[in-house]
Amino acid sequence: MGGKAILTNVEPSIVLTLCIAGTFMWRALGVAVANHIDISSDLFEWFNCVAYAMLAGLISRIILIPSGTLETTLLFDRVVAMAIGLVVFVIFKRNIFWGTFTAFLIFLSLTALR
Amino acid sequence: MSKENNFSAFWIGVAEGLSMPFWMVLGSMIGFGSMARDAGLSIEIAIGSSLGIWGLPGQVAMVELMAVGLPVLSIVIASSLANMRFMPMTVVVMPLFKGNWSAYKYRYLLAQMLSINIWSVFTRCGPQLAIEDRLPFYFGVSIICLTGGCIGTIIGFTAADLLPFYLTVSLIFLNPAYFVFVFSSAQTQNCLIAAGLGACLGPLLYQVVPEWTVPVTGMLAGTVAFYFTKWVGKQS
Repeated sequence: MGGKAILTNVEPSIVLTLCIAGTFMWRALGVAVANHIDISSDLFEWFNCVAYAMLAGLISRIILIPSGTLETTLLFDRVVAMAIGLVVFVIFKRNIFWGTFTAFLIFLSLTALR
Repeated sequence: MSKENNFSAFWIGVAEGLSMPFWMVLGSMIGFGSMARDAGLSIEIAIGSSLGIWGLPGQVAMVELMAVGLPVLSIVIASSLANMRFMPMTVVVMPLFKGNWSAYKYRYLLAQMLSINIWSVFTRCGPQLAIEDRLPFYFGVSIICLTGGCIGTIIGFTAADLLPFYLTVSLIFLNPAYFVFVFSSAQTQNCLIAAGLGACLGPLLYQVVPEWTVPVTGMLAGTVAFYFTKWVGKQS
């Protein structure tokens, strides 16, 4: 992996500061909205559903259509590792550790064999 | 509340963070550190990005788009949109601190520390804790995850070439794999449906509106899951 130069001609620290502000904006907006929400309300329940859906959509996209280093691996390896992990997860009464550990081990073995 | 209780809740948070989330963040950030170095960024910018943006999709968008030389505004918008999920995540976490004045005082700091790992631990464990124990617990989990993020970025930046490729890429795979199981363990029906719909819709929408995938998936799948569960509840 050879190093490539950054092409943006603006100082990286300025871009970083603006990106930090761009993400913090959503966090601050969340704080502002949360101040007016009751935990037992329908609106709170709706936000919970939206948060779950957003995160699940993002995670499945990363596994199925990744970018960066993960993009260099085979879809088959990622899907097989997750499928076997899910079987173990179910067998071990929905145990997160064993599901994750199995998926990791299978993926590691498949990529090491390539 | 006594200082001893605060201390104990903090260390329970640290232990919970070390059980899984620390390692997940560490693995992901090794990948990010390596990516930032390949893009020609300095280690200070890489660490600053992990601690400041503190949301991997936004960090990746920033680094990738800087490397292809896009205008600053485009980079900031793409990075910000990739991390839009922090808005509903913060909305769900903050009410769990209601009744604790210290938490209210530090609310923006708490929001800044929030990540997907911390969110999943705190929404699961937080409601079972006494109100006054939630803040030290949250700090415990957050500090251990931020430490993992920082160490991971440094390892990825300085030593990624020393690790075999299959190990580096498997460490990056660890975090998304972990969250598939976290979401599959959701306790409430509406969250399970929202996660299932979101998981199906995310990759499909990515083909059509790549930059808007996260918000559109959340709004569509979340709203359908919410109303569907309400409708099922009324029928039974």
